[in-house]
Amino acid sequence: MSSLWLLIIGLAMLAAGYLLYSRFLADRVYQLDRAYPTPAHEMNDGVDFVPTNKFVLWGHHFTSVAGAAPIVGPAVAVIWGWLPAFLWVTLGTVFFAGMHDLGALWASSRNRGRSMGMLSGRYIGARGRNLFLVVIFLLLLMVVAAFAVVIKDLLIATPTAVIPTWGAIAVAAVVGQMIYRWRMNLLLTTVIGVTALYSLILLGDAYPIELGESTLGMSPATFWIVTLFVYAGIASLLPVWVLLQPRDYINGVQLFVGLALRYGATLVSAPDLVAPAINDNVPDGTPSLVPLLFVTIACGAISGFHGMVSSGTSSKQLDKETDARFVGYFGAIGEGLLALGAIIAATAGYRTLADWEAVYTEFNAGGVTAFVDGGGAILNAGLGIPVGLSSTILATMAVLFAATTMDTGVRLQRFVVQEIGEVLGARIDKYAGTAIVLAVALGLTFSAGAGGEGGMRIWPLFGTTNQLLASLTLSIVAVILIRKRRNPLPALVPLVFVFVMSFYAAIVQLGTLRDNGDWLLLGIDAVIIVAAVWVALEAGLAMRRARNEPAEDDDADRHVALEESAQR
Amino acid sequence: MSGSRWQRFRAGVEEFYAGPYRATLRRARRDEDDLFRLVVLAEALGVPDPAAYWSAELLPATYAEFHDWHRRMGMERSPLDHVGCC
Repeated sequence: MSSLWLLIIGLAMLAAGYLLYSRFLADRVYQLDRAYPTPAHEMNDGVDFVPTNKFVLWGHHFTSVAGAAPIVGPAVAVIWGWLPAFLWVTLGTVFFAGMHDLGALWASSRNRGRSMGMLSGRYIGARGRNLFLVVIFLLLLMVVAAFAVVIKDLLIATPTAVIPTWGAIAVAAVVGQMIYRWRMNLLLTTVIGVTALYSLILLGDAYPIELGESTLGMSPATFWIVTLFVYAGIASLLPVWVLLQPRDYINGVQLFVGLALRYGATLVSAPDLVAPAINDNVPDGTPSLVPLLFVTIACGAISGFHGMVSSGTSSKQLDKETDARFVGYFGAIGEGLLALGAIIAATAGYRTLADWEAVYTEFNAGGVTAFVDGGGAILNAGLGIPVGLSSTILATMAVLFAATTMDTGVRLQRFVVQEIGEVLGARIDKYAGTAIVLAVALGLTFSAGAGGEGGMRIWPLFGTTNQLLASLTLSIVAVILIRKRRNPLPALVPLVFVFVMSFYAAIVQLGTLRDNGDWLLLGIDAVIIVAAVWVALEAGLAMRRARNEPAEDDDADRHVALEESAQR
Repeated sequence: MSGSRWQRFRAGVEEFYAGPYRATLRRARRDEDDLFRLVVLAEALGVPDPAAYWSAELLPATYAEFHDWHRRMGMERSPLDHVGCC
């Protein structure tokens, strides 16, 4: 079958989701009100609360939620064939992710733009907040470790990406100086920055860098992992305008360039899907599709992380409440598009089934490398860019997405550590905080071997935690809907499904991790299971309370908000 | 393309660059200002300041934000007798 059909059907499903289902959600379930005074207007402070044009806000929202994860997950999951991954990504985006992201945005904007963690205090109870902290800590820890492994794999598999990957740091640093020191025009700076990045890609393509057997006494894998953590540590400590801000910006631009390149090339070349629709010949040791598919692809189908961005950040900038539909739901669609592109790259980018099977030799074997190779072949066929250069472009993009998540992740994790320190009565400065974060994350990465060989075993665990976070957010949305006596099914059905699948997956992984002797990950998995049971209990109780309470009128949130601000 | 649309596009891109980090940068600047305020107010707060002769001249510049500052520093009431902001 031609991948063009897959692309068209997928796009049609996402478009129908936006035009029909998101309208239903906005009109009937969330009942978005154009006249409702959003937090951005009510508390406009010119800093956090700023009414923002919906397209710009969508740009922020989409680039913060999208990254390497919707590429890695689908590229791993096509081992079960392209159909299951395709269905989970499209249906997941329409009925799960879009619903969840829009719901989080709505819930937060009705509660003075507060974050999900704070909302769980109001709707689930005081323990709900601690639960959030635990889950977020685990999530950040795993994303940093998993992405270190992803980047290391890419740098070794695509040595031509080494120069652009590290050169991009210099480009970002110069862009930061151009904007804040030299006050240069942003559009001009953008053109210069992107040109510089692509020149580096050309340079890297001509001069691949392969590390020797022993670099500073370390194997290439160990060396890259250590270097990445050193980088992430330094980057997270620098003032944000020096590196993180320009890096995020250039990455945002890259995201659009990358999407355009991949979809353009697929449209032109329409390669055949060589991988089977459903792979009944999976390599030995591949876990069962149910439930692992649903945690392997988290971002791209439903991801709790989006709720963190929706609440507390985007919700403070909504100009009109009705904009939430575009920002929240269409943000999820953007990520679904990335995931769909990754599925096509990893299944249609090979010439024959044998070639494909040679890559997907075991679970976690193909992954992002398959995305780079397959996508490279498609770019070559569609746009005539040489295969090597195409792979370099895609590998650089994937590394940059993952690396910016890593450095931001280390930075956020530092705040969490400092907060935990405060709870325990110890003052942790930013250097000590960063050192603790790096030590724990490095330990986790190396717990599966000095080369991070087993590092990708973290991936499904990361997905499980992400889904758990999504379950928490969906529970809050469901509680709100029940309180308002609206139909809670659009939230409840995804909630039950995602929760059951991630809980089941956590149990299955106990066995896998025990067989591999991964005791650290096993311990984390046990913590996840405890947290999951806790989530289910608290959510169940909160929903029962909400059902027995008298119905809440539509303006209740506003009254609560006004009372709270009056108390201050 | 009309001029105003181009202007709007430019403003949008600039917002896209600045928006996500506005709060962080504002906070960093506030920390810096707080430090400056502490230095200028040192003598008034009872910390001997060898440069007090010169920094006294800057005192009026700190008054506008004084109330927010002392509350941020955890002091409910003004710590200085001669500044009755609350």
